[in-house]
Amino acid sequence: MTTAPPRTGTALTIRGLRRTFGSAVALDGLDLDVAPGELLALLGPSGCGKTTALRVLAGFERPDAGEVLLDGEDIVPVPANRRDTGMVFQSYSLFPHLSAADNVAFGMKMRKVPAPRRRARAAELMELVGLPEHGDRFPHQLSGGQQQRVALARALALQPRLLLLDEPLSALDAKVRVQLREEIRRLQLELGITTVFVTHDQEEALSMADKVAVMKGGRLEQCAAPAELYDRPATAFVASFVGTMNRVPGKPTSDGLAEVLGVRLPVDGPATGSVFLLRPEALEVTEGGPDTVTSSSFHGASTRLTVRLADGTEVKADLPSHAAGSFGAGASVTVRPQRRPVLAAGEAA
Amino acid sequence: MARLTYPLRPWRGAVLLIAGIYFLVPLLASLVFTVDVPGQGLTLESYTQIFSADGFTAALLRSVGLALCTVALALLLTLPAALAVRLSGSGRLRAVLEVVCTLPLVVPPVALVAGLGTVLKWGPDHLATTPLYQTFVAIQNPSFPLVLVFAYVVMALPFVYRSLDAGLRAVDVRTLVEAARDLGASWPRALFAVVLPNLRTALLNASFLALALVLGEFTVASLLGFQPFAVWIVQASGDNAQLSVAVSLLSLLLTWGLLLVVTGLARTRGTRGARKSRKKEAV
Ligand SMILES: Nc1ncnc2c1ncn2[C@@H]1O[C@H](COP(=O)(O)OP(=O)(O)OP(=O)(O)O)[C@@H](O)[C@H]1O
Ligand SMILES: [Mg+2]
Repeated sequence: MTTAPPRTGTALTIRGLRRTFGSAVALDGLDLDVAPGELLALLGPSGCGKTTALRVLAGFERPDAGEVLLDGEDIVPVPANRRDTGMVFQSYSLFPHLSAADNVAFGMKMRKVPAPRRRARAAELMELVGLPEHGDRFPHQLSGGQQQRVALARALALQPRLLLLDEPLSALDAKVRVQLREEIRRLQLELGITTVFVTHDQEEALSMADKVAVMKGGRLEQCAAPAELYDRPATAFVASFVGTMNRVPGKPTSDGLAEVLGVRLPVDGPATGSVFLLRPEALEVTEGGPDTVTSSSFHGASTRLTVRLADGTEVKADLPSHAAGSFGAGASVTVRPQRRPVLAAGEAA
Repeated sequence: MARLTYPLRPWRGAVLLIAGIYFLVPLLASLVFTVDVPGQGLTLESYTQIFSADGFTAALLRSVGLALCTVALALLLTLPAALAVRLSGSGRLRAVLEVVCTLPLVVPPVALVAGLGTVLKWGPDHLATTPLYQTFVAIQNPSFPLVLVFAYVVMALPFVYRSLDAGLRAVDVRTLVEAARDLGASWPRALFAVVLPNLRTALLNASFLALALVLGEFTVASLLGFQPFAVWIVQASGDNAQLSVAVSLLSLLLTWGLLLVVTGLARTRGTRGARKSRKKEAV
């Protein structure tokens, strides 16, 4: 995508959203901002409140407190059927008694769009999601991926102001998942529709979102562009949840640097504590030395080594596969960080 | 699979044959008995007699009316409850509903009648001066005894609930309703446009079971002194053997026909949908 898409969507703002179920706190003061036409991925571990947040946006769940603003207008009091949101559910949710085309046309039928217009638009949408021939199939005659495509077409049929996707790909196999997520992204950019995409798959979130919001325990940990989230995680939780992170002992030095694995490195943020965070690709491995390779796994272009340091800490290091050939399990090596800024693990961890 | 079923094949035939003999021989014997009257040769007189017999139409209509009322009331009670329980997602409420709806199975009809009879006798004595007295009289109107509907609803509850529950198990009602609402359907629209069409088979099954139960019910009606079809058969034909067997055969046919209608209705669903969409493409 080199040309900038038209940004015509709706701005979404969430302020202080709270929702409890008995003693369980699903949302604990969630704040979020999504710019018009942006795709926000809501990422977090199981039970952190992602689905609940989405259901509040769709109007299926009433928040105990907080507001949801669409272009500045609070939609919390608006019932789900008048909200102008399109939702794709995690489970297959097509109406089993209707054909794919009738499923897509359902929303228009509710809006009393005349039948010929409905049919034409449904056909158009089926084409958009790549299933022009499948209009008269029933849901049970479609594969899982096809069903989710139809569900997407159905959600888009009314040109909603907000598209909500709750792990729409989690029931699909890996290949279909990657293909479909690229297609969702393409459509979303084409239509310029503001979108919230729930997932617990960090790769999915990083690869398709404009911004990724990481949640933990019903709160927002960090909301940033994928690259920033990866390079400069705001908290230790984000650091360890997004990508792989090594926790390596070290000590702050008087000049604001930190000594980690015998190398003095600049620190991103305050240099406190005695544990620092390093990405696997930020480590260099050389032959001979006090550290021992315990295992290596081949990932195509790169190979991941697990190395036990002299002090017993285990770290993971990613090397280009051609460079990693000589490091089998049991090899003696030295692990050194590359000269880039590191992150202090902080008190929380 | 094939290896498993192939040797079983001959057994299927044998079972079918035995079952066929078991069911068909008595039927055929009955048929022969009704049309081959000793001394008169072959005659359809038993059947013509039925239709001219006193009270036949009234009793039949009464039974059909009772059956339809029972179906309507039983569905009206169980369907909203079953749906509400599903939508609330509460497992405890669901268990309660299931127990309540199954309970009538352990109460024999005779016990039900004993209880009902006592109340019907006690009620008018104690309520003679209140408007409720009129109610007691009205529900026991012999031409359409509403009190039987109440009794039948209780008796049909377990079957109706079970069928509905089986249908509800097959669809994710909550997600379907939410999907419909997300697409702009109000609650009633979501119910009528999405939930009910997907429960069609379950609703038909439930209706059929209730219909069959009411049309064949004898104990409660006869002990309470009312005369729906089943009771009428016994009374009308007590002295005429040919007539009584002919009536049984007819009522069997009636029930059988009903079953066919219900299964037929349940079957048309897929084909009708396909036909509709084919037509649409042609447009
Ligand atoms: N209807 C409910 N009744 C009771 N508790 C609920 C309900 N819905 C959610 N919760 C609780 O709220 C918390 C957040 O749930 P939610 O479904 O939003 O998590 P999630 O982030 O979507 O998790 P997952 O990735 O597993 O789907 C959980 O602890 C859950 O048990
Ligand atoms: Mg979820």
